Amino acid sequence: MEPKTLFDKVWDAHVVETIDGGPSVFYIDKHLIHEVTSPQAFSGLEARGMKVFRPENTIATPDHNIPTENQHLTIKDELSRKQVETLIANCEKNDITLYGLNHPYNGIVHVVGPELGHTQPGMTLVCGDSHTSTHGAFGAVAFGIGTSEVEMVFATQCILQPKPKKMLITIDGELQKGVTAKDLTLYVIAQLGTGGATGYFVEYAGSAVRALSMEARMTVCNMSIEMGARGGMIAPDQTTFDYVEGREFAPKGEDWTKALAKWKKLKTDDGAKFDKEYAYKASDIEPMLTYGTNPGMGIGISGCIPSEKDIDPTELPTFKKSLHYMGFGLGDKLIGKKVDYVFVGSCTNGRIEDLRMLASAVKGKKKADSVTAWIVPGSKQVEKQAIEEGLVEILEEAGFKMRQPGCSACLAMNDDKIPAGKYSVSTSNRNFEGRQGPGARTMLASPLTAAAAAITGVVSDPRELF
Amino acid sequence: MPIDKFTTLESTYVPLPVENVDTDQIIPARFLKATSRDGFGENLFRDWRYNSDGKENADFVLNKSEYSGEILVGGKNFGSGSSREHAAWAIHDYGFKVVVSSFFADIFQNNALNNGVLPVIVSPKFLVNIFEAVEKNKEQKIVVDLEKQSISLNGESESFVINPYKKNCLLNGFDDIDFLLARKEKIEAFEANNK
Repeated sequence: MEPKTLFDKVWDAHVVETIDGGPSVFYIDKHLIHEVTSPQAFSGLEARGMKVFRPENTIATPDHNIPTENQHLTIKDELSRKQVETLIANCEKNDITLYGLNHPYNGIVHVVGPELGHTQPGMTLVCGDSHTSTHGAFGAVAFGIGTSEVEMVFATQCILQPKPKKMLITIDGELQKGVTAKDLTLYVIAQLGTGGATGYFVEYAGSAVRALSMEARMTVCNMSIEMGARGGMIAPDQTTFDYVEGREFAPKGEDWTKALAKWKKLKTDDGAKFDKEYAYKASDIEPMLTYGTNPGMGIGISGCIPSEKDIDPTELPTFKKSLHYMGFGLGDKLIGKKVDYVFVGSCTNGRIEDLRMLASAVKGKKKADSVTAWIVPGSKQVEKQAIEEGLVEILEEAGFKMRQPGCSACLAMNDDKIPAGKYSVSTSNRNFEGRQGPGARTMLASPLTAAAAAITGVVSDPRELF
Repeated sequence: MPIDKFTTLESTYVPLPVENVDTDQIIPARFLKATSRDGFGENLFRDWRYNSDGKENADFVLNKSEYSGEILVGGKNFGSGSSREHAAWAIHDYGFKVVVSSFFADIFQNNALNNGVLPVIVSPKFLVNIFEAVEKNKEQKIVVDLEKQSISLNGESESFVINPYKKNCLLNGFDDIDFLLARKEKIEAFEANNK
């Protein structure tokens, strides 16, 4: 038999039918939904006089639009409230499990899926959200879809998809002290650019990837979309199995044994072909920071923003426009730049490990007075764990403000906005113009780099501080 | 929901020579609170189109009366970022039927096709020609022929790639859901085999 990649194995096992010269009818095991990209899909379904075909394969959680304070009260913003209420009503009508606001399992959809054991190796998962790529960390084929496709999954549990090309990214060696999974992923995106993996599904491999914890792997796969990839995935191994075992919706007993036997086969065969391959050395990676208005505009924290001679002349106008928005100059160093806000949270870095990393860095220190520091846990469970482990106490003593779970200032659909012109060091995934609020200036970084910025009030190298 | 049929279009066009136009620019997140598909055109490119005081930004191309048409031409890597279909709805609602670029982000391209907006991929050189031509003559037109998969400007033509299935959908105004619904038995058989 021809050797197959991990991606081939999972993809091919979910093709119901291949249309000549066209896409495949692709079966979805798990459909994750939230309040922002589902209402139009539900109304489309209703207009056809239909209900959700496989509600048992669907889970819902409001996350994008919810406030991160006073969640026990009615949502103040009328439109946000209506969207959340619409989700509740649609889930009731269609018998879909909903982790509503204040439910102990509520949280960001990509944090909730894995922590409850809904996300499992070998699955196909979709969600009307580009960061669905997160779930690929488990050796699942997971990707973001549009609302029309959400409606397709509601109606048939399938979507029409052409098979993407395959890319292998190998990172070997050991990450330096103070360098995290977030730095690894920002480094790769800076190498490939925001469109460098468009049309591809990426498999991450190599000793540096194997050494990552499950949550760190999620951070890497989460950001795959930022280089245009449809998704990213990592072959499941003992780290994966240990993480999944015992979680509420993970298989149990005999089912677990059967599942495990299947999951152990989920790896790329020797000699399997990729359409493109890249290899990097972990030791080359520094703590990373973005300086521009897309996630590909990142540099090592001790480096300089590129100068005019480093930029393709055809791209120079867009590059300058981006620097102008950020208030930075060609060739500038980032170290020492003023920081007004620090945001730790999002589906990239709002997990318990991220909060542990942050707490151990800032323990016994105080944040700079000029910095507003927000911590937004990725879910109610993360929040609960952070309280139980005493992390919240440490962080609050350091002057950080613990808020309630949600997407929050990652995309600023709720009140958590960075004011125009202010600088934010953010552990989220996007530094687009206005992403964290109109006029907000975002530098993406790891929780450690965010901690360093909060303590010093300026961009600082975490390796020198912690 | 059936989509608009698309066969050929001859139109003047709106140039937006910016690379990596992400969907947060096309429709900022704070405008995603609606529960219907209508009205997003009003906020298309909101933060580029309007100043912070709510007044039109005279420098932005949608506010310049000399540019018009049903075709939007963007720089490389158009539609990157968030998967929000609201971006495609906003473009469609504003009145664009075609978006031209040298490179599109995957999910945006798919979302556009699912809403009857045709994404046309041209070579980087052709894209430069398109931007230059409109600076010389604001009345310059582009002709897009889906059947022939060709795009023409001033007698110069390029062919573009489109998935044959999607081409057929656009030519006939079909949508994917009807196609999938016709396969429900096969889907159920697949489920039974994979229990």
